[in-house]
Amino acid sequence: MVRATAENAARVRTGGGYDPPSVGLAVIRIGPVLMLVVVVTIISFLSPVFLTTRNVGNVLGQTAAIAVLALAQLLVILTRGIDLSVGSTLALSAVVGAMVFESVQSGPVVILAMLATGTAVGAVNGALYVYGRLPHPFIVTLATLSAARGLALWLSGGQPHRGMPDVVQTLGGGLLGWLPYSTFLVAGLALLTLLLTTRLVWGRWIYAVGGNPEGARRAAVPVKGVLISVYVLSGLAAGVAGVITAGRLNAGSPTFGELAELDAIAAVVIGGASFLGGRGNVANALVGALMIGVIRNGMNLLNVDAFLQPIVIGVVILIAVELDVIRGRLEERFRVIQAVRS
Amino acid sequence: MTQAHMNAAPALTVRGATKRFGAVVALDGVDLAVRRGEVLALLGDNGAGKSTLIKCVSGVHRFDSGSVEMNGVPVEVSSPSVARALGIETIYQDLALFDNLDPAANFYAGRETAGPRWLPRGLRVLRRGPMAEATADVLKRLQVGVADARTTVGLMSGGQRQAIAVARAAAFATNVVILDEPTAALGVRESRRVLDLILRLREEGHAIVVISHAMDHVMEIADRAVVMRRGHMVGEEIPRPENRQKIVSLIVGGDD
Repeated sequence: MVRATAENAARVRTGGGYDPPSVGLAVIRIGPVLMLVVVVTIISFLSPVFLTTRNVGNVLGQTAAIAVLALAQLLVILTRGIDLSVGSTLALSAVVGAMVFESVQSGPVVILAMLATGTAVGAVNGALYVYGRLPHPFIVTLATLSAARGLALWLSGGQPHRGMPDVVQTLGGGLLGWLPYSTFLVAGLALLTLLLTTRLVWGRWIYAVGGNPEGARRAAVPVKGVLISVYVLSGLAAGVAGVITAGRLNAGSPTFGELAELDAIAAVVIGGASFLGGRGNVANALVGALMIGVIRNGMNLLNVDAFLQPIVIGVVILIAVELDVIRGRLEERFRVIQAVRS
Repeated sequence: MTQAHMNAAPALTVRGATKRFGAVVALDGVDLAVRRGEVLALLGDNGAGKSTLIKCVSGVHRFDSGSVEMNGVPVEVSSPSVARALGIETIYQDLALFDNLDPAANFYAGRETAGPRWLPRGLRVLRRGPMAEATADVLKRLQVGVADARTTVGLMSGGQRQAIAVARAAAFATNVVILDEPTAALGVRESRRVLDLILRLREEGHAIVVISHAMDHVMEIADRAVVMRRGHMVGEEIPRPENRQKIVSLIVGGDD
């Protein structure tokens, strides 16, 4: 199956034990989790506050929006694409939600408006990319990154609009015990994404399109539909992230979600997904999002200069990408071993 | 070939096939027939029209004129999926495998076993067990050794990958298997395995068309060899060591 690469590879025994490339591949497969464990361990040694329930709830709450964006960005990246527009879309849907709330005092209506806004931007991305025959989604989503932010600024008059329905505030900032409601939302969406990617035909198609677009076309996979769907879902996720962010801050502001698209992409890359498509999974994307949240929170707790945070996250991204490169080399060696053995 | 195979209409018959690309005549009145349980080698120099011919048969291109019959019944191969539905499977040189997926997912890409049927195709739940079992059965039947059936195809050697591609075609081809240069990128031992695999497909009664430049392989596995040159069928021989030179000169056109 899709998920099983390295650990199955490691099962191929040679004589007395596992061969080195297989072991290396197995280690790299759990690399993101290992990195997270190391970072969490270090920070919890340095700060007694870090592993308190209150702070863990904090980290989860702060990471929720990034995690939702990362789940959808994973689907996009699996198809060899990228969605740069999600941060702006998040802001646009938050602004639309706040303005709808000013005239309609209904939680469900506000949430629906926010989700619809995100979905609409996603549909525009997907349709322009596929039917406009644009060379790469980078360009389309760069355009909507600009346009959606502009629209959010124009609609709001450049000002944050205060006030969100209670249900939105609860979803974004409410706690159930010490766990934020948004954590349950993220968990639910992650489960849905997991089922989509591993159990449904559609998920299989996403991996097929990313692994070999031309092959998918020849195999009668509806490539265009699959591509459009991932951008629509990414827009929808931006709407959900908009609900979370607006609820947390009890406002809709055109400045929400600046650079959130880069956090989402970073989370997916830290989670070991490949920009070449077809490689990556839900659990690791969540781990990537958590890694970013943990590093930010930990460095705040340790009073590290805030300017150093982006540097550390940059280093983590580099490590993740380097691991992917090493994985490629190990797989090459593994193939050679297979050829010799067969 | 068994007697039954000899008497039935050919699995695939092409008559008077013509194909032009602008001013270039790629195929000019080509006839071709291949029977069940037969390996037909399709030979010719580069640009002879072999690839155009098989691409038309597998639905990638369409003939300008000419007819195609399957088991004696006229058919219209209008697209790759129609070709697949007719039981024609083609293995191209670039394989079209999904390196990030395991053999079963490769076998069933675009034709996944899933349910329930009332849902749109994309939202159906994959029946992973049956797909994996059916794939394992085919691989076992064709003696394609795979260390672990859940390993992604990208982790396999060139020969294993080619074997997977051939087995995939064999699993779904009810009529004809077409192979374009199946041994081109392989070493001696891996070529051997793929050739054995092709011979097993013949035993199972598939009609097989092989394009190859490797004369030794043609001599070994082909029951008949047809030679194309500049869009024409220029000859047909039974591949034997003593007429090898004759086949080669048909290919290069030394008798012009």
